[in-house]
Amino acid sequence: MEEELNKNQKNSRRQFLKKGIIAGAGVAIGAGLMTAYVDSSAAETGEKVKVLTTDGEIMEVDRGLLKLPRVSREESHEGIPGRKFVMVIDLGKCKNARKCVEACQKGHHLPQSQEFMKVYLLQDSEKTSPYWFPKPCFHCDNPLCVSVCPVGATYKRSDGIVLIDNERCIGCKFCMTGCPYSTRVFAWKHYPEFDQDKEPYSPEASSPGKEGTVSKCDFCPDLIRVGKIPYCASACPMGVIYFGDVDEDTVTNGTETYQFSKLIHDRAGYRYLETLGTRPCVYYLPPVDRQFEVERGFGELEESVKERYKDTPYSIKNKP
Amino acid sequence: MELQQKDPLREFAPQLERTSILGYAWIVFLLGVIGLGFYAFLSQVWYGHEVTGMRDNVVWGVYIVNFIFFMGISYAGALISGTLHLFKTAWRKPIIRMAEFITIIALLIGPCFILLCIGRLDKLHYLVLFGRIQSPITWDVIAITTDIFGCFIFLYLSLLRDLATLRDDELLQLPNWRKKLYKVLALGYTGLPEQQQRLNRATDIMAAMVIAIAIIVYSVLAWIFSVTLQPGWHSTIFGPYFVIAAVYSGSAVLILCMWAFRKVYHLEAYITKKHFVAVGVIMLVLAAFFGYFTFSDYLTKWYGSEKNDELLIQLLFKKFYWPFIISNYIGVLLPLLVVGIARFRTIRNITLTAVVVVIALWLNRYIIVVPTLESPYLPIQDSRPEWFSYSATWVEWSLTAAGVAIFCLLFTVASKFITIVPVTGLSGEEKKEDVLV
Repeated sequence: MEEELNKNQKNSRRQFLKKGIIAGAGVAIGAGLMTAYVDSSAAETGEKVKVLTTDGEIMEVDRGLLKLPRVSREESHEGIPGRKFVMVIDLGKCKNARKCVEACQKGHHLPQSQEFMKVYLLQDSEKTSPYWFPKPCFHCDNPLCVSVCPVGATYKRSDGIVLIDNERCIGCKFCMTGCPYSTRVFAWKHYPEFDQDKEPYSPEASSPGKEGTVSKCDFCPDLIRVGKIPYCASACPMGVIYFGDVDEDTVTNGTETYQFSKLIHDRAGYRYLETLGTRPCVYYLPPVDRQFEVERGFGELEESVKERYKDTPYSIKNKP
Repeated sequence: MELQQKDPLREFAPQLERTSILGYAWIVFLLGVIGLGFYAFLSQVWYGHEVTGMRDNVVWGVYIVNFIFFMGISYAGALISGTLHLFKTAWRKPIIRMAEFITIIALLIGPCFILLCIGRLDKLHYLVLFGRIQSPITWDVIAITTDIFGCFIFLYLSLLRDLATLRDDELLQLPNWRKKLYKVLALGYTGLPEQQQRLNRATDIMAAMVIAIAIIVYSVLAWIFSVTLQPGWHSTIFGPYFVIAAVYSGSAVLILCMWAFRKVYHLEAYITKKHFVAVGVIMLVLAAFFGYFTFSDYLTKWYGSEKNDELLIQLLFKKFYWPFIISNYIGVLLPLLVVGIARFRTIRNITLTAVVVVIALWLNRYIIVVPTLESPYLPIQDSRPEWFSYSATWVEWSLTAAGVAIFCLLFTVASKFITIVPVTGLSGEEKKEDVLV
């Protein structure tokens, strides 16, 4: 039965991927160019994914054959021309399914100890309602992490993305204390997962990871370059995470596409801890019209993951 | 004429000439502790920073605490010796060299601890190659380098007269290489009036400079914390607060050194109760300032009770209760009572107070660094439960012990190389007023 469940989940994810790509082709990515780079020398994994060819046809290829373009360290300093990326997260829909976390981990070849995406259980005060809060890097327009870096290993690009060059990073961790959102993670040792990635290192892929350096959510510029939305956005079964471009005024979660400014206006979008003046590029839609009880978020969690929420404040604490 | 006063040297000569069995045992013990630290360092290099207690939330731990601590006592040495020198305080003579040694030795150890925090020591040269002036770490690199040079020059200038005395003394039973070394290091100083005048002027200038550099460097260190947005660090008082805390801890370390050398080298005739009381009073004044700054910082955090400040203060009064009480209550009040009340003012009491102050100031840095990192803006969640709070591992403690051991060892070696009390001009106050413009 469990197997069947897994299979179903897989199918639904594939379904989303497919839809995501199709939707993305038309709207989210301005150029509308959808290309998947297929490397015939890579090993097959047995897992099939649907991709859109340059001729506009959908075909199924092995995941292992998919090769994302990796730009050099120098090129990664320049943003993708004419773009300004933005993310919108709909808190009303999140039920801590953790698919965003899993897809991100897999896509970036990360060990369990290094999660770029974290899902918090927040409750602003005792009487207010608790809610799940997925937190990527906010790619701030006024990033303190970039200011404090002594060697320029972390930088803000013209397309709004804040990246880390792990080959430059000396691992002083000043950026980790500089970031008020606890976004950055450190490689405390060489994790075996780093070796899974055989491609040359690129800051745009944040992979392979390097011991003794800092990394974080990178908004997946390698995926953006081939017209895809980040791993987390395409993996979410609830469509919580929208990704897009401020200048094009469009965001998509793969299935639905919205006008960014209208979405933020209509749904009272806000940025987390606006008072700090960091000017994030990630917006949140308040947790209203919820599709799930908050407790559902604990439903399918492993014990070890449940443990992570033991210090949750206020009322939710005793419920799970 | 200065060089004719050789009586004090006769008394101090045995320090330089011989090392007792106990002295060797002490050195071997220190080397053992340093060896353990070296082993800990190797395992950190080999297995990665995972062997430390630091994790993604508390990314800086005991290492940075030690860094602040050693830099603190170093700056204190500079400030105290520089000030005593400039004011020509008459009683400074027997203890000023200790203060100068504290400065330079702690200054050599402190930065090593920040290096232990750095994930990629193999890329350390990037700090110079790709240094960015916007980063407070670059300010720190520039400031500390300047400080090391400045303090070294100041120390060297103050050693010059004694180096010449040791070179010229024929009764000293020392191996030839050491005599040659003194000859080279004395730079041909013979005490001619012109040489004296130049030396005095140079020392005055450097004394003033090390005071300024020390204040700048320690402020820069404080700004590494206060430029971030973290609750508990993002405070305008941090620069002056760190400077005061530094001098305070340094005055206590100076008292400990005075006590130790007085005992070991039998300097009772030179370092008297007068000196302990004098440095004790400096410590008392600094304790009052330190208490005032601490109170001011926490009062404003507590009274306004911004959510994150409130969480931090809760943490300080619960999980970090004893470190908080020791560093910010006992560490402030004890010197005020012991040195403030004449009846308690004995050498033993002042020394014991200094021990408490040194511990309190170390803990003060600990509760500045760790609780803040344990209470970030976003609550620590969705992280390994064992990563929620910080506790240092044997690696960090071994390296901490090694740091203290290196401090003691370098001090011991320095006192074998040159008398711990300046022998030249000890009996009379130099006529510096003549050369001052």
